[in-house]
Amino acid sequence: MVLTPGDTGSFDAHHPPRRDLLDDCVHCGFCLPTCPTYLVDGEEMDSPRGRIYLMDLAQRGEIPLDRTMAGHIDSCLGCLACVTACPSGVQYDLLLEATRPQLERHVPRTRLDRLVRKAIFAVFPYPARMRAAAALGVLYRRLGLRWLTHRLGIMNRMPAQLRAAEDLLPPVPVRSLFRRLDRGAAAVGERRLRVAMLEGCAQRVLFGDVNAATMRVLAAEGCEVVVPQGQQCCGALNLHAGLEDDAAARARKLIDTFEQANADAVVVNVAGCGSSMKEYGLLLRDDPAYAERAARFAASVRDVNELLAELEPRAPRHLIAAKVAYHDACHLANAQRIRRQPRDLLRSVPGVELTDIPEADICCGSAGIYNLVQPGTAEELGRRKAANIESTTPDVIATANAGCLLQVRRFLSADIPLVHPIEILDASIRGVPLEKARR
Amino acid sequence: MSWSAELVEALGRENVITDPARLRTYECDGLTGYRVQPAMVVLPRSAGEVAAAVRVCARHGVPFVARGAGTGLSGGALPVADGIVISLQRLRRIMEVDPVNLRAVVEPGVTNLDISKAAAPYGLYYAPDPSSQQVCTIGGNVAENSGGAHCLKYGFTVNHVLAAEVVLADGTVTRLGGESPQLPGYDLLGAFIGSEGTLGIVTQVTVRLLAKPAAIRTMVADFATVAGAGDAVTGIIAAGIVPAAVEMLDNLAIQAVAASTESVYTPDTAAALVVELDGPPDDVAEQFDEVQEICRRNGSTKIMVAADAEHRALIWRGRKAAFAAVGRISPNYFVQDGVVPRGRLAEVLGRIAAMADDAGIRVANVFHAGDGNLHPLVLYSEGEGQHDRAEHLSTQIAELCVELGGSLSGEHGIGADKACSMPRMFGQDDLATMLRLRSAFDPDGLCNPGKVFPTPRLCGERPGPYRPHPLEEAGVIERL
Repeated sequence: MVLTPGDTGSFDAHHPPRRDLLDDCVHCGFCLPTCPTYLVDGEEMDSPRGRIYLMDLAQRGEIPLDRTMAGHIDSCLGCLACVTACPSGVQYDLLLEATRPQLERHVPRTRLDRLVRKAIFAVFPYPARMRAAAALGVLYRRLGLRWLTHRLGIMNRMPAQLRAAEDLLPPVPVRSLFRRLDRGAAAVGERRLRVAMLEGCAQRVLFGDVNAATMRVLAAEGCEVVVPQGQQCCGALNLHAGLEDDAAARARKLIDTFEQANADAVVVNVAGCGSSMKEYGLLLRDDPAYAERAARFAASVRDVNELLAELEPRAPRHLIAAKVAYHDACHLANAQRIRRQPRDLLRSVPGVELTDIPEADICCGSAGIYNLVQPGTAEELGRRKAANIESTTPDVIATANAGCLLQVRRFLSADIPLVHPIEILDASIRGVPLEKARR
Repeated sequence: MSWSAELVEALGRENVITDPARLRTYECDGLTGYRVQPAMVVLPRSAGEVAAAVRVCARHGVPFVARGAGTGLSGGALPVADGIVISLQRLRRIMEVDPVNLRAVVEPGVTNLDISKAAAPYGLYYAPDPSSQQVCTIGGNVAENSGGAHCLKYGFTVNHVLAAEVVLADGTVTRLGGESPQLPGYDLLGAFIGSEGTLGIVTQVTVRLLAKPAAIRTMVADFATVAGAGDAVTGIIAAGIVPAAVEMLDNLAIQAVAASTESVYTPDTAAALVVELDGPPDDVAEQFDEVQEICRRNGSTKIMVAADAEHRALIWRGRKAAFAAVGRISPNYFVQDGVVPRGRLAEVLGRIAAMADDAGIRVANVFHAGDGNLHPLVLYSEGEGQHDRAEHLSTQIAELCVELGGSLSGEHGIGADKACSMPRMFGQDDLATMLRLRSAFDPDGLCNPGKVFPTPRLCGERPGPYRPHPLEEAGVIERL
């Protein structure tokens, strides 16, 4: 069939998946073994090749945008391992990001799904609400309510989404939930760069330690760190869920806030946030007031591992004798193509022995809000990842993304410390044992 | 009860696909030029469930097509419109790795590379290595008798499978072959391997494992002409050297690989040979020098020797991803798989180039030069209406190979793609004999019909919904 240019089939005309990008797929199947959902159920429609096939059919108007199609696009974790594996250079990331908003616009969700998503987007992007929710969660455990609800079998009757949320909360002390990050730090020695740091939403509430460690390491390596005040959520969760308008609104606000900092680079320690911020140029391409600023902002974004790897190490490292299993976060390894840098940084610490994890390129199942909205698949992938990590018998597990830290912790059977790589670096530079550095 | 209801009952709703949009994702395999939507897809979880599905089909006369990862390049897993597809992607267990007896027992949905990964801790590997080895499954390898770059020295799938459990067309489960190296009686396992799914469905495979070679050396030799590279291949073999692999890429193929990241090939060379030697270190070192000398004598312009395992992996990654990388320089393509006697490599490549010029269509070449197994990639654009012209050229190339004393297919199988050309290679008696063998296993022709054998339905007609045959339209023939 010969298509007339501009024909968008079942998609509406607002940035549908591009025909030329769909045509890049030659159906070779090299993506299949890297796809987590294909690994779980082996169905063609839940593989990158199958999803592209569905997009292609919809673009030709041969199938409608309906629940069936939405189900297979929803089931995608967006881990982008397929993009890394593809020999034909198919930009599945762009295809997915073009398809999700279309489905959001045209396919109504079930009531439960709507409710769960609404709750997530009403809490996660707001640190104050997140803090309150986490504190309630901690209390719920402390008061033995968790024990009670499970004993009474109440939890078993709750939706799987709620059970997943209950399990994901890490064992944090209440006071750490309320600790605030310093407004900035001066460079130690001669200043090499001025960097503006993202605090993150869930990140600042649940992983305040990681933020503090990030600031110390950056300063020790000669960076002047500023934390722009009033910064809000970067919109990564919205963007990955196909809520384009919400994501764009958040992007504009974040750009406004960070532009005032006049920094050489914007530094991020959450892989999911960083990958979205690097896409702001694309997200705001239609907004004449922001398109150019967004592109400039996106070009200044650096993951903390990436930034430190670009700087010659300056601060002396002290011995940390530990076997470290490094877990690649998908939004770092696949979306930002940052694999070597965190490994190099960890190797710069004397005493660290790095081990590779079997099936390293398979997602852990965290994937933004995925483990809350698709708890079944996420659980299967989480167990698989935890077993693979444990098979290497590490002393410490390191991964550079908040979502992965929560997800992997939930499924570990042994009590192995889970840290952000920057925490190991921080402990090494300060010359304190890893456990102490985290307090 | 209808056959579809019986299948749902036998396998469970969650293992059956009937939704039209979902079914369409199964309408083609790695060869997208042919597409047929099946009536149903089933995903059994055990050999027992495969047999149960086949029994329902046998009872109701429903044709069935087994499917692995769907990477085949001859349309071997092309569905039948009123039949079902039996996907083996949920049979993915590695049952046993036996390092003492050098074998592994696996289910058909296990990928070729995963067998080698499971054997690696014992210093062993599974030798046949199709370019799609990280994706393609052992079940599909058995059906197609798959080869790969290293078949020059190590042989094809048939040389590495000891036994198989299969479901026959009536739903019977049986075992072919056995653990001992030599079995009396007819080699039924040998007949089954490479039968392209027309004799039954394999549900468990016992494969042979080999010890990893002590030394491996790899080089890439550039040539100013394709003919020079062809002569070097002849020279290497004539010197009595049996390389583990000898692969050739022409300039168009190299451009495609270079468009993907990390290419180690010289972008502007006319042709490149990848030569790999393996075995005892001393022998390998001596022959490696000799091969370099032969390449230089035949006009090699540059020789790059793989410095380490990582570099070697990059060379192979480029070679093995070449088909798919062609997607970067062309929206659609056909891959051919003809074989010619090694001595006629230069001649056949010259004639293919001339035919491509005549047709006004580009052809890239990337192939197993050591055993004369060509993979011309016929590049076309569906959007620009070049499909039919490309398909015709592709068929012409396959038939040219037969004319030069070779074969229609080296390793991809005949499938739906080359069935029409079978009479070019085999006489009526040959085909009748093959058909009798097939009928002994599958008297009703329910196992993967429309493949391998030329049928009026396929020749001169495109698969898919009914369209009148040109001869029918002309009133020369009529449909009964």
